[in-house]
Amino acid sequence: MNAELIVDWTRCEGRGVCLDLLPGSLRPDDWGYPLAPHPGVRILIDGDSYEAATTAVRECPRLALRLATPS
Amino acid sequence: MRVQHRAVGGPRVTSLLGPHAPTLSAHLDLFGPLPDCGGRELLDQIAQAGLTGRGGGHFATARKLALVAGTPNAIVIANAAEGEPASSKDRVLLGDAAHLVLDGLTLVARIAGARSTHLAGPADLLDGVVTTALRDRPERHVRLHAVPAGFVAGQETSIAAFISGRPARPVTLTRPLMTGGIAGRPTVVLNVETLAHIALIARFGAAWFRAGGVPDDPGTRLVTISGAVREPGVWEARGGTTLGEIIDVAGGVTQPVQALLIGGYHGCWVPWTPRAATSALTRAGLQEYGATPGAGVVVALPAQRCGIRAAAEIAAYLAGESTGQCGPCRNGLPTIAQHLNDLAQSRATDETVRELYLLSDMVDGRGACRHPDGTARFVRSSLHVFAAEVADHRAGRCTAPPGRAAELPRRRRLY
Repeated sequence: MNAELIVDWTRCEGRGVCLDLLPGSLRPDDWGYPLAPHPGVRILIDGDSYEAATTAVRECPRLALRLATPS
Repeated sequence: MRVQHRAVGGPRVTSLLGPHAPTLSAHLDLFGPLPDCGGRELLDQIAQAGLTGRGGGHFATARKLALVAGTPNAIVIANAAEGEPASSKDRVLLGDAAHLVLDGLTLVARIAGARSTHLAGPADLLDGVVTTALRDRPERHVRLHAVPAGFVAGQETSIAAFISGRPARPVTLTRPLMTGGIAGRPTVVLNVETLAHIALIARFGAAWFRAGGVPDDPGTRLVTISGAVREPGVWEARGGTTLGEIIDVAGGVTQPVQALLIGGYHGCWVPWTPRAATSALTRAGLQEYGATPGAGVVVALPAQRCGIRAAAEIAAYLAGESTGQCGPCRNGLPTIAQHLNDLAQSRATDETVRELYLLSDMVDGRGACRHPDGTARFVRSSLHVFAAEVADHRAGRCTAPPGRAAELPRRRRLY
């Protein structure tokens, strides 16, 4: 299943839990906030990382993440 | 012939701008009574007119209204909180035609089935022209909200937050305001100029509105022109008006001009060439420059001023206007402003320009509102359009005279 990881930037404080869980989908920016690995702003999650992404949504200490699936 | 005032590109029978602050009876003499049309009928007229939002988003107004039409408990908000320092059109419009705006608000309430409406804007306008206008009118449903100044305070979600009793700062939406806004109620925020157009469409119809513009830009729009022109101010331009016509109607340039800033501080520079003079102030006409009309802002930058110093001043202002809620914007915009300032002061290393592009990509799209995106667009445009000055500054030269880069609008001005 493909999905998009959506960050509520007003909540995110760059604690880094999602960066640990999704090393293939995210990298830290200059200040430690999650960034898609390639240019472009959408953080796309493929089938292989979907499980880890749901964990990241659940474990984010700031509750700043949600997964949007194409309808 | 009713009113013709500062219309660009040929005469027009009825226009948004008119005698300053007319009484209700003068307003009714000018435009005629508010028609008693039904909400559904009016929504169809707005759709056929092709009216788009005049706050800068250009979203189809009828599509926005269709989402709230006939819903229970809808909230309708008129937005006059013009955060853009280079725009004065909402202020001038309320001063000239508050009754037209209030007519539009009443009509939209009719479409949405809303019992109460809101008008958000600067305190002095609410206490002045708006309160005076409301005193004459039968409506008792308009609640006024004095929004504090701030570049992002006028964004749609900031206004909704403010009316909910929270600070006027952007918020992250999980669904559109129209389907679940304030307290989960369908909420629609419309720019005051959009509302004034609705009041005219209700009276004169969709075909009349379309005749004020061209097929891909129907109707007129208010444009704020400032910088190196003889008569800076707010003008009503027919859709499809070219940049050259806009400069002409503002009395022409006062000195040679190198570029126009189009769309405001989140906008793009358009090099002032004979070709640009024939480009229309429309999405299609500005596409090749990466610009959009935004809220109808045109600033003329003199040729003898330094584009990079102007860009650095604006970037510093934009960094200061971040509300600091979102990490990438809070950290990225001041860093961008610092790098641009280094470049402007000819202190830049070879890395600086590359870093500016990387930082612009890094902040783009990563906030609750469009402030980082708009700042990134402005910075990329500045580096691209003023590439020759970038090269000069990297070689330690600035060809412009010292002092402030430009008479750029800092705060709103009354014209």
